[in-house]
Amino acid sequence: MITWIKGGELVDPRKGEKKKLDIVIKRGKIEGLLPPGEFNPTNDMDVKIIDASGMIITPGLIDMHVHFREPGEEYKETIATGSQAAATGGFTAVACMPNTSPINDSRSVTEFILERARKANLIRVYPVAAISMGSRSELLTEFGDLKQAGAVAVSDDGRPVTNSELMRRALEYAWFFNLPVISHCQDFDLSNNGVMHEGAISTQLGLQGIPAASEEIMVAREILLAKLTGYPVHIAHVSTEGSVKFIRQAKEEGIPVTAETAPHYFSLDHTAVIGFDTNAKMYPPLREPKDAEAIKRGLSEGVIDVIATDHAPHSEIEKDVEFDKAAFGIIGLETALPLTLALVREGVVDLSTAIAKLSYNPASILSIKGGTLEEGKEADLTIIDLNNEYVIEKDSFKSKSHNSPFIGQKMKGKAMLTMVGGRIVWESDEFNPRS
Amino acid sequence: MDQLSVSDINLILDTADSLMEISSRDIKKVPTLRGKSIVNFFYEPSTRTKASFEMAAKRLSADTLSLSATDSSMVKGETLIDTARNLQAMNPDIIIIRHSSSGAPHLLARYVDSGVINAGDGTHEHPTQALLDLFTIRKKKGRIKGLRVVIIGDIAHSRVARSDIIGLRKMGAEVTISGPPTMIPVDAESLGVKVVLDPAKALKNKDVIMMLRIQLERQKGILFPSLREYSIFFGLNQDLIKVAKKDVIIMHPGPINRGVEITGDLADGPFSVILDQVSNGVAIRMALLYLLIGGSKGDNLD
Ligand SMILES: [Zn+2]
Repeated sequence: MITWIKGGELVDPRKGEKKKLDIVIKRGKIEGLLPPGEFNPTNDMDVKIIDASGMIITPGLIDMHVHFREPGEEYKETIATGSQAAATGGFTAVACMPNTSPINDSRSVTEFILERARKANLIRVYPVAAISMGSRSELLTEFGDLKQAGAVAVSDDGRPVTNSELMRRALEYAWFFNLPVISHCQDFDLSNNGVMHEGAISTQLGLQGIPAASEEIMVAREILLAKLTGYPVHIAHVSTEGSVKFIRQAKEEGIPVTAETAPHYFSLDHTAVIGFDTNAKMYPPLREPKDAEAIKRGLSEGVIDVIATDHAPHSEIEKDVEFDKAAFGIIGLETALPLTLALVREGVVDLSTAIAKLSYNPASILSIKGGTLEEGKEADLTIIDLNNEYVIEKDSFKSKSHNSPFIGQKMKGKAMLTMVGGRIVWESDEFNPRS
Repeated sequence: MDQLSVSDINLILDTADSLMEISSRDIKKVPTLRGKSIVNFFYEPSTRTKASFEMAAKRLSADTLSLSATDSSMVKGETLIDTARNLQAMNPDIIIIRHSSSGAPHLLARYVDSGVINAGDGTHEHPTQALLDLFTIRKKKGRIKGLRVVIIGDIAHSRVARSDIIGLRKMGAEVTISGPPTMIPVDAESLGVKVVLDPAKALKNKDVIMMLRIQLERQKGILFPSLREYSIFFGLNQDLIKVAKKDVIIMHPGPINRGVEITGDLADGPFSVILDQVSNGVAIRMALLYLLIGGSKGDNLD
């Protein structure tokens, strides 16, 4: 069978262009990218036609920072429900952080995650393994074995490496296996009991603050270690003006550092906590308007390479409690695309750059498939309606959890169809391809 | 305090004034709230505030039920929301809550129909303390507007300070905060106060001094090294007070650490209005119960 997607406009960040092209897909791969009118199937061909008129078609979106909670906390999310949420949000691939229970610090956990992903059979799920055993900052995990088992990166996300010597050795050792090292930057002593950003709002609400410096100290450390070793480091979920400044400076000096931010850091600020809304509680915390502005500048100037969600599902047990007792984290897979498209409308980044940060750039950092639409490559793609408007509803999430600060907010732009390896894994009710 | 308007505050203080008289009667009880039920839900230990609310409720003839953390099922892992639903099932008129988490009364209020009074939440607010402080100042000074007030101590971790600042600013007083930099909250000026770290300078020309209790359990040798040193540099003593106005009043929410934040002779001396605060506290809480139950159900005080 052949799938023929016609009428859409292709946005391929690798080429940086927007062009009307038909896509012909055969055996899961892109067989041809043809100017409209050039593909003329004969009557004996079995062709499924998808009419993408008025839509854009992008490489399948890739989220390099999610928490799918399996193994261990399946009541919050499973690899199957997380994959469903990802597909709905337009994502064809995700990288799963290792802070599950048990922590992904061994081949058996990595293989278990891949097995679950195979069973879910929706999107590509790439495990990220821990840097240290149990993420305890003591012993390195077996990077080589984990890589062979299928891990695409290492990170002690959620429980950052406190030992600078260990972090240095991790950068060095990971290089041998071509494993990216992802750092969750948090000085635990400085942010210890904090539950929100330290500033005027934490002072007003009487909530313990997490100073921006708690993140920035570690960003500075990772940059210095990347400089010392010459090996790359990737900074997760950048949230402050100071972090953007350090990363910009490091890039100017040629230090091998890449960085990501999450949509909430450029869409919200610490005032979202007023009223003690636990869906505005995450690490790093929502910062000040000036930080959100700096994040946008960082995105527009290429200082921040990637937009990742840090999708962190929690149930009501963790969220419907006193603010200081509530768990950190929000879900993001089903809101990331419209929030990013808002930046395009604001003029912060152009469409191709926005899509690059959601596909091509994370694919290159992790050295995984996808991120571009080319003949001969896997047909991982997303069809997006840039003009679809809707309100985020609590009950509409495919994720098992609905801890989102965006509930009730108006969004514009939606994934209408998500395709992984030529197979449709999500199709909106509002999208009716004629076949 | 954040939600109260100036006229709300004036109404509460005026009501307290008229109820003050009851406390001086031989039989200190009126039937105003007969048949009304009040739950005292203290999830954090408190002798004084709890006793003050109980006394206020009794003088108005309301039925009271007291729950504390140790005898409630909170210790058995019941969530605040579960507890709230259970309390709601008893259909009380008012729930008074004291809790160690900032914002806990907000959470409770979302799940109950009765009025909720915040008797202190975490390091957020302690509105009834602020109201009784305003009441005390107004009685002693005849006004609040234009007075110069200094608050000295651990401002960052004090719900009393936060509520007092909001109340005093609303009523037109000038507020200065003072203490070691480790105890001054970030962006303190956003609260509308002046920061003068050294108490010796901060006290200058002040009409009112509010001392805060040093929470021994809070500081782990990080906010300041020792009580001895604290008392030398930040404690109130006879020498320091000389720079304040001649008719200055000294306030303290209690309980006092004598010899730490304030010397014993000052606490008991002529400038001190610390015991007036305690009796005014009962009147303020009576006023609140009266206004909340007399008013529409579902009003909250925070
Ligand atoms: Zn993280």
